[in-house]
Amino acid sequence: MTFRKYLVLAGVAVFAAIGDSMLSRGMKDMGAVSLTRLQTLIAALRDPSIIGGILFLLAFFSAYMTALSWADLTYVLPATSLGYVLLALLPKFVLHEQVTTLRWVGIFLIAVGVSAVASGPELTHHPRDSEPEPELAAMQEDR
Amino acid sequence: MRHAYTWGAILLIVFASVTGDVLMSRAMKQVGDVDELRKRSGLFAVIGRVLRNSHFLLGIGAMAVAFFSLLFALSWGDVSLVAPASASLTFVGNAAAAKFFLHEHVDRRRWVAAALVACGVAFLAG
Repeated sequence: MTFRKYLVLAGVAVFAAIGDSMLSRGMKDMGAVSLTRLQTLIAALRDPSIIGGILFLLAFFSAYMTALSWADLTYVLPATSLGYVLLALLPKFVLHEQVTTLRWVGIFLIAVGVSAVASGPELTHHPRDSEPEPELAAMQEDR
Repeated sequence: MRHAYTWGAILLIVFASVTGDVLMSRAMKQVGDVDELRKRSGLFAVIGRVLRNSHFLLGIGAMAVAFFSLLFALSWGDVSLVAPASASLTFVGNAAAAKFFLHEHVDRRRWVAAALVACGVAFLAG
């Protein structure tokens, strides 16, 4: 694992947490949306928090796809679950809210799970890995 | 009856999320290491390869089903049940699906990690 790959995994966790937070804040500012007033969803696209949230979630998706191109799904998902911890701790540092004991237990369990998976290999090597994937071979032929 | 609807929607979220994640992972393994490909062929060539991959398009469809199932589940049940239950079950479901469909080497370390993260997420969201 290179430093760049760790940065991509960190990006998956951080971008998702920030994107979800911004979308949540923006939608709360908009108020309740009903099926009979769908135009409020269009209006929501002018809200800076919602625009920012969408941009961060696009960044999350790009980083997630990049990580899946060189690591197993069962490595990427636990390794990037620190985003949940970030989401839980944001209210403590931004809004100075109390974090309950149950949440601290949850944060501890996630941290142990992340360290467990991060200490192992990121990719399963199949015997057929020595042959290029069909799409990769096609790309190499194109060149 | 409402309880049954909520759990039905939660199971649909989990099924669609796991399907979407597995299809995405399969698609990106077929495309290859994005960083390497971008250096060789440029960003737009990589984006074109990803968008033409049928597993990627099916994965997007499955994720859309998961999103709308979440909306239905939230309209029937409490967020304090729907969010942790769907997130936790998705972690465990992904570990099983990755082993059987992607043939990933899910050893004891990865099972423990998936279980710990699933429990941790349930505690955080509960």
